[in-house]
Amino acid sequence: MDKGWLLGGKVCLVTGTSRGIGQEIAERFAKAGGFVYAGARREGSLEDWAASVNASAAGKVSPIYFDMTDTAAVKQAIVQIKKEQGMLEVLVNNAGVVHNGALGMVPMEKVREMFEVNVFGLLELSQLVVTRLMMKQKRGSIVNIASIVGVEGSRGQVAYSASKGAVVALTKSMAQELAPYQIRVNAVAPGMVDTGRLQVEIREEYRDNVPPIGMGRLGSTGDIADACLYFASDMASYTTGQVMVVGGGYDTQSRALYNIRYQ
Amino acid sequence: MDNLDKYRQCFCDVFSLGADFDIDAAEMGGTPDWDSVGHMELVTEMEDRFDILFETEDILRFTSYVKGIEILKKYGIEM
Repeated sequence: MDKGWLLGGKVCLVTGTSRGIGQEIAERFAKAGGFVYAGARREGSLEDWAASVNASAAGKVSPIYFDMTDTAAVKQAIVQIKKEQGMLEVLVNNAGVVHNGALGMVPMEKVREMFEVNVFGLLELSQLVVTRLMMKQKRGSIVNIASIVGVEGSRGQVAYSASKGAVVALTKSMAQELAPYQIRVNAVAPGMVDTGRLQVEIREEYRDNVPPIGMGRLGSTGDIADACLYFASDMASYTTGQVMVVGGGYDTQSRALYNIRYQ
Repeated sequence: MDNLDKYRQCFCDVFSLGADFDIDAAEMGGTPDWDSVGHMELVTEMEDRFDILFETEDILRFTSYVKGIEILKKYGIEM
């Protein structure tokens, strides 16, 4: 499918693009014609990747470095975008932290860290983007990266699933609040996606047993990026407050059995 | 145009106030169009003109023309 101009000229910000899903989203958005600010924490870490994307993309990737938990740095990033572009049409809140652990095994310090990035950081960035840019321009699309476990729960992921459940709830509330300003807010909830992190998890926690997924394969980062592209583009211009599970038919019951058997 | 004039101009432009309007007495909820939506428009207009970014607490505290002057001073704007 030619997705060349789905985001033609739209200014986007994607957080957490140093690898995996975030990097794929930024790349795909640039290929769809978007001008994409790619957010990451480590200064200089995205330059080589951005140059290689920019060599062939219809749009452009422009790295922007800030820590989601540093209020001053987040503000600075928004001021920079405001000065350079004067607008922002798409925000993808992808940056996130994962710590797995059963109820009695997850330290509160890790719980706080997850909520700090996955929920508070997302909320603060959205606040700034909405009030300083999107409300004024009276248009915009926010895509929050949730998780299938935030919708359905998951044994062994109590705190992480709670943080993603919060993302689902705030997606729905933000959508209701911002619809009058023509700002859409949706979430993509990935299932098991084939990233480096998941490969380690499957090897170490599930002894190389691949989870039972209806479609017979792990999801790819591209599967998630395509869902984000849909929500970001004008193809979803009348869609808001929705949570799209992209899980290849990975159902709760078979996952529970899998967890009991292999964990 | 000095900073006070710039500040007053923000009110005139955002709320389309006439020359006879008493800006010094402007208050949120009591001035035409200064509702929650108008408030954010006024805040962003001021941020653009003075090249600052308000703290959330200051956005909430900014409920009148007079309070706005105090807040701008806090950001180092001479009034």
